[in-house]
Amino acid sequence: MTLSAFMQNVANAVSLGSLYALLAIGYTMVYGILRLINFAHGEIFMLGAYFAFYAVSVFLLPWYIAFPMAILITAIFGVLLERVAYKPLRNAPRIAIMMSAIGASYLIQNVGILVFGGVPVSFPNIPIFSQVCKVGGISIARVSFVIPVVTLIALAVLFYIINKTKVGTAMRAVSKDYEAARLMGIDVNTIITFTFGIGSVMAAIGAILWGMKYPSLIPTLGLMPGLKCFIAAVVGGIGDVRGAVIGGFIIGILEIMIVAFFPDLSGYRDAFAFVLLIVILLVKPTGLMGKSAIEKV
Amino acid sequence: MKKISLMLVLVMILSAFMAGCGDSGADSGALPEKIIVGVFEPLTGANAGGGELELQGIELAHEMFPTVTIDGTEIPVELAIADNKSDKTEASNAARNLVDSKGAHIVVGSWGSGFSMAAGPIFEDSEVPAIGTSCTNPLVTKGMPYYFRVCFIDPFQGTVMAKYAFDEGFKKIAVVQEVSNDYAVSLAAFFKDAFTELTGDDNCIVSTLNYNTNDQDFSAQLTDIKNSGAEAIFAPGNFTETALLMKQARELGIDLQFLGGDTWETPPLLEIAGDAAEGAVYSSFYDPAAPLTEMTATFLDAYAAKYGDEQPAGVTACGFDAYLLALDAIQRAGSADGPAIRDTLAETKDFEGAAGFVTLDENGDAIKPAVIKTVKDGQFVYKSFVEPF
Repeated sequence: MTLSAFMQNVANAVSLGSLYALLAIGYTMVYGILRLINFAHGEIFMLGAYFAFYAVSVFLLPWYIAFPMAILITAIFGVLLERVAYKPLRNAPRIAIMMSAIGASYLIQNVGILVFGGVPVSFPNIPIFSQVCKVGGISIARVSFVIPVVTLIALAVLFYIINKTKVGTAMRAVSKDYEAARLMGIDVNTIITFTFGIGSVMAAIGAILWGMKYPSLIPTLGLMPGLKCFIAAVVGGIGDVRGAVIGGFIIGILEIMIVAFFPDLSGYRDAFAFVLLIVILLVKPTGLMGKSAIEKV
Repeated sequence: MKKISLMLVLVMILSAFMAGCGDSGADSGALPEKIIVGVFEPLTGANAGGGELELQGIELAHEMFPTVTIDGTEIPVELAIADNKSDKTEASNAARNLVDSKGAHIVVGSWGSGFSMAAGPIFEDSEVPAIGTSCTNPLVTKGMPYYFRVCFIDPFQGTVMAKYAFDEGFKKIAVVQEVSNDYAVSLAAFFKDAFTELTGDDNCIVSTLNYNTNDQDFSAQLTDIKNSGAEAIFAPGNFTETALLMKQARELGIDLQFLGGDTWETPPLLEIAGDAAEGAVYSSFYDPAAPLTEMTATFLDAYAAKYGDEQPAGVTACGFDAYLLALDAIQRAGSADGPAIRDTLAETKDFEGAAGFVTLDENGDAIKPAVIKTVKDGQFVYKSFVEPF
């Protein structure tokens, strides 16, 4: 492999990894707070992409208005999902909430097919993002630069919120000990709402970037990225936001590099994420950044 | 004692069910009140764009010819639509639904060979004949006595494209196939064989890469192609993935010629790929620029009247033809009985369809010419015509 081909692959891997990282954060944050795997997160991601599509292509808004709007609406849907599907089951056994999550995932997907139609639609082409730049021997669409940059900014804001603000402190407290946090006067429900909101914002940002890079939308869009990012969250250590970011990048880089170095294996590409999941569960079940939790009896 | 009587009751109930099943298939004597034509197409999921186009053709044909005459009695025809959801597992469910609950006498569809292949054994078991619209994999009809089709098959299509590539002077070609799609894999294989034979060069296929249905990132595969020395890319996958493939290729600075097959011809390909699709060349079933039969004109007029003046896609004509052939077979058989329709269908010769005359060979495949088309100014345009060989 020539150097320029390798650099091209690195560029591809970084932008794919960034997208996975953004989506993986939603899984890990919700798990951290509720110990719930939000299987419908991939569908929230799909909704984000469709909202942006409708805002730009149907309502003809300029992108700088349309995208924030789409992100906001997606966040509202994320919060709504929690209110409708998870909140009534707050005190139910964990398996019931998980079933509810799987049910919500299928429901949103199928309602999506009814509302958005089963035929793929094209994500709007925004010239300032879709232009192709050439750097040395590498050719790259501008959006591939934008993706890691936006991801970095989003992550910086997220870490600031988690580590420096009052809400973030409360989130960490709830995630450490739900009951104790409540006794300390933290409004747990507000914090959960906030967590779903932030997770959905990240998913929506990821979805818009995804749509600009892979501009073909179908209502089952969230399925595969959703599964892979769930794996990314587990690989990184579910419940740990830094872990989710690292996990996302690992899966993105792995997927690109496997095909780059072993073109014959390109058909098995999707399988590698799952192989990685099995390996991690066998070798380090808590994930790369995870700490083993003490089960309180 | 109690157990034995219980068993007896069970056996009786079961046999009653069996008898019930047998009856519905074999009431050849009396004519049914209506003929049900099952439509078996992907209307949601990755292939929905293709299914929709074929459904247009089928519905148009149904509007024009809403009845069938058996023994001098005019019987209304009803369409029963089943969505195979672009999924092989769902395809067998949809096929079951058509034959068991909707009572289809004959089935038309599907876009996408894999779905037809999944449904084939079900139609055979229930003795319901099926007419494929644009499923080109040889295995759809091979060993499936109840499956026929109005389109050509991949060995022919692959050779047509290999010849085209050879005539254009390409020596090294990279193949990117949708490995989970029976259609794409078989077409890629026939293309490779034919191209290797034409060039006499065992290394003319410089790279073969795979991807899966619903994949969206092809950058790694394309980077490999970029450095493989290929002069053209043969990518016979679905339009959804192919559109992204084309777009990403241009983004990576790959200006190679794209070659492909009939599944490309859908509006979403043009919408999603945009400029990246310009100049891509593929084989298809038909083009309005090369009218084939008198029925072509009738079809074009009716299409224009119903859907505005846009040009119908090749697969729309195939859907139209499949429905007409289904009606024709029922009329010729003079019966709504599955095996009788099947036997008449097998004898089809010079049936006049919108996409050319249909003569079915011993496998139930149509022997038909192909057209080569290209994308120009955001439209599919006619390029040349290839007779069957």
